[in-house]
Amino acid sequence: MRLTLRVWRQRDAGAEGAMATYTVDGALPDMSFLELLDTLNEDLLLRGEDPVAFDHDCREGICGACSMVINGEPHGPERTTACQLHLRSFRDGDTIDVEPWRAAAFPVVRDLVVDRSALDRIIQAGGYISVPTGSAPEAHATPVAKPDADRAFEHAECIGCGACVAACPNGSAMLFTSAKVNHLNVLPQGAPERETRVLGMVAAMDEEGFGGCTLAGECATACPKGIPLPSIAAMNREWLRAARRTAG
Amino acid sequence: MTDPDHRGHPDYRDFTTGEPLADTKAPGGPIAERWARRRFEARLVNPANRRGHTVIVVGTGLAGASAGATLAEQGYRVVQFCYQDSPRRAHSIAAQGGINAAKNYRNDGDSVRRLFHDTVKGGDFRARESNVHRLAEISVEIIDQCVAQGVPFAREYGGLLDTRSFGGVQVSRTFYARGQTGQQLLLGAYQALSRGIAAGAVEMYPRTEMLDLIVADGRARGIVARDLVTGRISTHLADAVVLATGGYGNVFRLSTNAVNSNATAVWRAHRRGAYFANPCFTQIHPTCIPRSGDHQSKLTLMSESLRNDGRIWVPRGPGDGRPPREIPEQDRDYYLERLYPAFGNLVPRDIASRAAKRVCDEGRGVGPGGQGVYLDFADALARMGRDRVAEKYGNLFEMYQRITAEDPYEVPMRIYPAVHYTMGGLWVDYDLQTTVPGLFALGEANFSDHGANRLGASALMQGLADGYFVLPPALNDYLARSPRAAGLDADHPAVAGALAETRDRLHLLLSIGGDRTPDSFHRELGEVMWEHCGMARSAAGLREALRRIPAVREEFWRRVRVPGTGEEFNQSLEKANRVADYLELAELMCLDALHREESCGGHFREESQTADGEAARRDGDFSYAAAWEFTGTGLPPVLHKEHLVFENVHPTQRSYA
Amino acid sequence: MALVTKAGRPPSALRAAWRSTIGKKTVMAVSGLVMLGFLVAHVAGNLKVFFGSEEFNAYGHWLRTVGAPVLHHGWALWALRLVLLAAVAAHGVSAYQLSRRAARARPTGYVHRRARTGYATRTMRWGGVILLLFLVWHILDLTTGTAHPGGFEQGRPYQNVVDTFSTWYGNAVYLLAMGAVGLHVRHGLWSAAQTLGAGSPARDRALRAAADATALVLTAGFVSVPVAVMTGVVS
Repeated sequence: MRLTLRVWRQRDAGAEGAMATYTVDGALPDMSFLELLDTLNEDLLLRGEDPVAFDHDCREGICGACSMVINGEPHGPERTTACQLHLRSFRDGDTIDVEPWRAAAFPVVRDLVVDRSALDRIIQAGGYISVPTGSAPEAHATPVAKPDADRAFEHAECIGCGACVAACPNGSAMLFTSAKVNHLNVLPQGAPERETRVLGMVAAMDEEGFGGCTLAGECATACPKGIPLPSIAAMNREWLRAARRTAG
Repeated sequence: MTDPDHRGHPDYRDFTTGEPLADTKAPGGPIAERWARRRFEARLVNPANRRGHTVIVVGTGLAGASAGATLAEQGYRVVQFCYQDSPRRAHSIAAQGGINAAKNYRNDGDSVRRLFHDTVKGGDFRARESNVHRLAEISVEIIDQCVAQGVPFAREYGGLLDTRSFGGVQVSRTFYARGQTGQQLLLGAYQALSRGIAAGAVEMYPRTEMLDLIVADGRARGIVARDLVTGRISTHLADAVVLATGGYGNVFRLSTNAVNSNATAVWRAHRRGAYFANPCFTQIHPTCIPRSGDHQSKLTLMSESLRNDGRIWVPRGPGDGRPPREIPEQDRDYYLERLYPAFGNLVPRDIASRAAKRVCDEGRGVGPGGQGVYLDFADALARMGRDRVAEKYGNLFEMYQRITAEDPYEVPMRIYPAVHYTMGGLWVDYDLQTTVPGLFALGEANFSDHGANRLGASALMQGLADGYFVLPPALNDYLARSPRAAGLDADHPAVAGALAETRDRLHLLLSIGGDRTPDSFHRELGEVMWEHCGMARSAAGLREALRRIPAVREEFWRRVRVPGTGEEFNQSLEKANRVADYLELAELMCLDALHREESCGGHFREESQTADGEAARRDGDFSYAAAWEFTGTGLPPVLHKEHLVFENVHPTQRSYA
Repeated sequence: MALVTKAGRPPSALRAAWRSTIGKKTVMAVSGLVMLGFLVAHVAGNLKVFFGSEEFNAYGHWLRTVGAPVLHHGWALWALRLVLLAAVAAHGVSAYQLSRRAARARPTGYVHRRARTGYATRTMRWGGVILLLFLVWHILDLTTGTAHPGGFEQGRPYQNVVDTFSTWYGNAVYLLAMGAVGLHVRHGLWSAAQTLGAGSPARDRALRAAADATALVLTAGFVSVPVAVMTGVVS
């Protein structure tokens, strides 16, 4: 396959960026999208040019490191991460646009690499259950109804890649935040910190400069792990409940 | 300073044997009382004084995150590092199967003693009994801790935890969260760590890579680290250093490890005096998706539960190019069922892996390059029906199809073994302390609990045991016994020296300006290692590897090309620096494999096998952990043997025939 | 030693709520529902036009005398107007602030553009602005009569309505605005349900259907009046 890549190049956070065009010959349908970038980078290196910087690590769709918008869609046309996107999803001769996540809360570090530490700070604002090591009761002391356990798991699957933010026209992190709030708030173990958790995490989300939610639904469409849009409604419910309780 | 040219030095293979090594921290007495005894004997640090102690933790996987979170709760000042952009992305996240614990919730006869027994035996009698028993004891507390953190383990309709049997074990002791157990456990530890960060008890440095260890006055006192965004190299000082940096499987380049997982932290620590134990003990996992071409950047594991219902075969004759469905039964060789009628497709990982290699070496492999065997679900589909197969394996089939574009319901899967886990690592005593006082190693980075072979669902158990429960009392003891460390500043020769060496090394990498990419060297090294230090090893092959590795290393320091500068985000520089360390560690792995003239666990020496081709262990000569002392790049290291004593589990030769 | 991760409670829960994006969205949802309630009552009143001028004018008169004798003439209507004015203001201010926030949160767009989200979702902001402008015209036209075509007569709403819809521009403006109302309600009602936490995977289809139906009935009801005037059914 012969593919033309138009890639966002930006030296560092302060520099101006622009799209640069490259052609890769000999790409194979079985290659992952990141392996296509590897191939391009080996070429660039030998030609004496700077390789394209991009975040990646596990390359099996679970670490959440990879983060690029491919033809206007976070992680590209398939519902998966960029590392699990294969070139068979494209046609020979295609031109593909590759851009970094775009959001004020995710400043560009270099090329396709952005700083997503804002998501960590949202977790730090309450996305945990306070249980110092050694203080846990016997695991079977608190049974959890299977539907609740399944619901918690469904939300716990979030890989923190930030595709939801990248997709959102408002740069909102509501889907990310709601995934963690719902994971922990649905469990009996998470109940004691239920209110402080949602209030703290939503406040942190706002402080980080993410936008508000207009329920456009782009986030859920882009999410490689299928966190559903109604998660946001569930978090709103938790927030309203917590706001009422702390006010009253 | 790395010396790129070692010609004229003594032959690397002429290692010397030094003083035997003893684990002085291991308590005596009955095995079941040792852990309690050690905890009682360990000295304590007054809670009010802990804030005055700084502990560096490198790595945020299961071991690192759990250690950082727990030490912060206890009042220590924790400074933590990870190379990823977030501590949540450490490679523990990719573990699929589950975590073992001797809860005996099934009332199926499980116990701490049985888990201990299985793990010592599974490690092929090359692990310490005391450590393994402690691991089995702690396993039950880990489940309690994780459930309380909100880890969403699979549950039954009654609301209680579900378990399954895993990796051929006869009890159902594996707790799991669908195929994402590692992810869920890691997020639990990450969240606990996040709580510590929010409280100001943990100072977190993401995108910061440890490049050297600072040893001052005989004690580990800090690290040299590079900010991967700005390129700034700086020193961080502390009262103790904890390495939880994972395994070194990426020496092979293609493995199931994350692409950036690396051995730099442990290798640099080794160069600074920490002994490296059993480096040749690597685990090859039989059910990975085969490589599709030279572009392949990593290998993906599929849960070995697939072997419960899939049948493994290759064509009977070499070079059979027919599509699998057109090959009639009489032309198929279900070689595992033929060779091991009792266990069939469920033989242990190493046996299944070697058998696959053998048939492929005979030219009977399938798929691109003939590096694959079929894992066929046709019989299972006929017997159980498509729905039932989908229910059990649907997500794995989907993953396979996404990667290969082949539908396993229609065409047999192709699988091939891949490097998965490294049992070897920094030598540590019972307190997880290395031979450098004040330097601790946790999780896959140490060598301690799995012997020559790790059982399925035990890696997660060990990582969390080390971080949540083993390290904290050990660290208390170390800090309580050490005289208050003298103040250390940037001018101390050990600090300034380590910093200067790191700068020089990166500067050298950047200044070579050669004509080969760092990855091309990694690829070359990986091929040598896979060929000669992979599933089956021979003296001749290892000698060949030991001849080639120094040559590749020499060429690397002459011809590598690293673009850009050190004062910027430079992934090529990161990669080149890691490859430079692989080029040294690989040599030690081959030497260790050459010197261990026996087969045990994941280490198979062709010269040491039984008449029917099984691994033959030689307890009389090799019942020890081999801890290697560094003497110089390419210079013969010194071997220190820690003799292993088995008082509770009697060594037996395993047999699956 | 316990880790202390929580600072003291913020000074005022209400202030914190208003500062929060979810708080502002809640204000939008509640004020939107108030206005939607008004629209439902409004369309029901409008349909009285089909029963002749007498009934329609009497209804207009009743609106001013409702609550008598406890309330003075027009008080109830003014109370309603104040509530609506507050709702419009709250809705508008929140919307403005959230839009500004969204623009700041996503200052750079993608080079590769592609069609995004539904039409109703994308047009919420400009649709809202159109509705606000329409509202001004609508009041000047039929409440104060300032911008009314022909002779505006207080207390003769039937004739006033016929006058307005006898001009081409009156019809054009009105039809455009009612289209905007439909789209706005379609996404707005469903969205308000999500904001107030009523959404769930099981209920999602029902909520979307309810929002679609409300939008459709509302628009059809409003549009029927100018259509009737244009076709001579009402004259």
